[in-house]
Amino acid sequence: MRLSTSPLRELMGKRDFYAGGLMILLGLGVALKGTTYRAGTLMHMGPGFLPTALGILLVLLGIAIAASAFSSADDEDQSLLPENPQWWAWFCILMSPVAFIVFGRYFGMIPGTFACVFIAALGDKTATWRGTVILATVVTIFGVALFSYFLQVPMPILTWRGEL
Amino acid sequence: MIGTALTDLWYGFGVAFEPHNLIFCFIGVLVGNMVGVLPGMGPLATISILLPLTFGMKPVAAILMLGGVMYGAQYGGAICSILLNLPCHPPHAVTCLDGFPMTKQGRGGVALGLTVFASFVGASWGITEMIFLSPLLVKAALQFGPAEVCSLMLLGLLAGSTLARGSPIKGVAMTVLGLFLGSVGTDLETGSERYTFGMTELDDGIELIALALGLFGIAEFMNSVNQVAPINTKYTNVGLKDMRPTKAELKQAFFPMWRGTIVGSLCSLIPGTGPTIASFVAYATEKKISKHPEKFGTGLIEGVVCPEASTHSSVQGDFIPTMSLGIPGDAVMALLLGALMIQGIVPGPQLISQHPDIFWGLVASFWIGNIMLVLLNVPLIGIWVKMLAIPYRFLYPSALFFVCIGVYAANNDFFQVGEVVVIGLFGYVLLRLGFHPAPILLGFVLGPRFEENFRRAMLISRGDILVFIERPISAVFIALCAILIGSQIYFRLRGAKADLEPADQNAGGGHVPTELARQRVSATPAE
Repeated sequence: MRLSTSPLRELMGKRDFYAGGLMILLGLGVALKGTTYRAGTLMHMGPGFLPTALGILLVLLGIAIAASAFSSADDEDQSLLPENPQWWAWFCILMSPVAFIVFGRYFGMIPGTFACVFIAALGDKTATWRGTVILATVVTIFGVALFSYFLQVPMPILTWRGEL
Repeated sequence: MIGTALTDLWYGFGVAFEPHNLIFCFIGVLVGNMVGVLPGMGPLATISILLPLTFGMKPVAAILMLGGVMYGAQYGGAICSILLNLPCHPPHAVTCLDGFPMTKQGRGGVALGLTVFASFVGASWGITEMIFLSPLLVKAALQFGPAEVCSLMLLGLLAGSTLARGSPIKGVAMTVLGLFLGSVGTDLETGSERYTFGMTELDDGIELIALALGLFGIAEFMNSVNQVAPINTKYTNVGLKDMRPTKAELKQAFFPMWRGTIVGSLCSLIPGTGPTIASFVAYATEKKISKHPEKFGTGLIEGVVCPEASTHSSVQGDFIPTMSLGIPGDAVMALLLGALMIQGIVPGPQLISQHPDIFWGLVASFWIGNIMLVLLNVPLIGIWVKMLAIPYRFLYPSALFFVCIGVYAANNDFFQVGEVVVIGLFGYVLLRLGFHPAPILLGFVLGPRFEENFRRAMLISRGDILVFIERPISAVFIALCAILIGSQIYFRLRGAKADLEPADQNAGGGHVPTELARQRVSATPAE
């Protein structure tokens, strides 16, 4: 137990505080945008009615969640980041679909698949260049065979789209 | 009554035995079983990855296959729990407690053999329940007007979000978020666009597959990358001969198995209590009535068969409200319902009469699939065990590719792949903030129908919101909602909430320390 900390600072260290805050922000965004659509009356509801109501509800729930940060036990896991943050791996995982989009769009399925698997595999801390290349090659061969030939996903295997 | 159900079932077997359907059912259980064994891949991720592959298929074959994946993964998850002490799949977390000690004593094979048997018994009971209860429910549900449907959905959503895992209030927040996400896109009644921010790709709403794969694929990979401990395969040499239980062991397993089955089927009747809760309650009950409760956790057969039978009986039971009312109890069911909707089939009480081939074919295929699983699991267990050794560093990049191509194939559009990235990142943030994203899917799938029925109910009642408590059936549902919320607040105020929470809080990531799980199980009351 830490003593002599201000309530606000104590709150800042709690995960639920941020969880509630995020919900409040989301709810506000939803509700404010919702008011730009026609709300209508209860009998003839417009498109804006339900989303706005949901947004307001989300704000209320967010307040309740943030408030529960006061009473939550100290021994609960309150850290926002896991014990060993994996920034590099997270970056690789998120970039992998992006690479799939870019390479798939401009060069076709083979480069897209290869790039997608290659970049994702780099995120593992034990990854080696050799192992990553082999994995990406194997998945590309199987993936293209399965999806392009067997399941006929309409995506060119290899192409060159210089222009947008 | 029983007669018609049996003729319908006979018809269902006819549908399920069509070679085309039989093959897809087989593929489903095989893939489900295989992937279920792999640590870190749950049924949710598997079904969403396979979902795009079913677009070209007939609805019956598609749902048979996806259903097969689901219960196939359940069988696989038990292997992981018993042999590796890894509760990769929350419903099987409790099986680790006695399953792994049995493995350490060299009786892992017996534990697996009995698990397969208990699962089959549990599933069979659940299927029987489905055959007889669903038509009854449908008969009642066909009388429902929009107000009743609306309050029933409300009850389903509330139960699904508060009884599942983690903090109930966070669960409700996730459901509300899901309902909102379901409203993105073109409004069905007025045709005006909502929350599309000028992106025409969003006119049809957020892609279900992108949402599911973002939340249960990418967010889950981010959670487990470089965190998965190397797997100890020391005990995984299990042969066919080891799996055969002795007569004494079978006798010991017999009653716990049935008790587990009953607990599971009772749990599946309460909306929102999925297989995870069923397995924990079954374990706690078994421990309570046991003559030697202190021996639990040291490798008791009862501690393995009871929760496994319970899980399977509740999984099958969960199909009852999903198929007969169109109201899914958990995220997996929501996803299956979503798959039906993609095929152009409207869920609801009219489903059984309009598409008898789907419903009865599915029921029959459950039995066929479960028998296939028993037959598959016995000789193939050696291969499954070998698959456990596949390192995560190979697994997740390959899975990411399946995510990308699957989402692409849904619409042949790269925009949805971008959606996955955004949803995945958002899902991971939610996970870190202590939210469980499963109710989002529930809200998302039910959202549009909820809004439609709500509007209709308001139109009929001329804007009188009191209609929900004036109509008697609707009032009952609303009262149940109030009881649900009231009891949550009551437990919260009493401070007993921590004890009521099932021990699966961390199980999503697959790293529940057994000791911790054990403490929490003993704290779970047995009702």
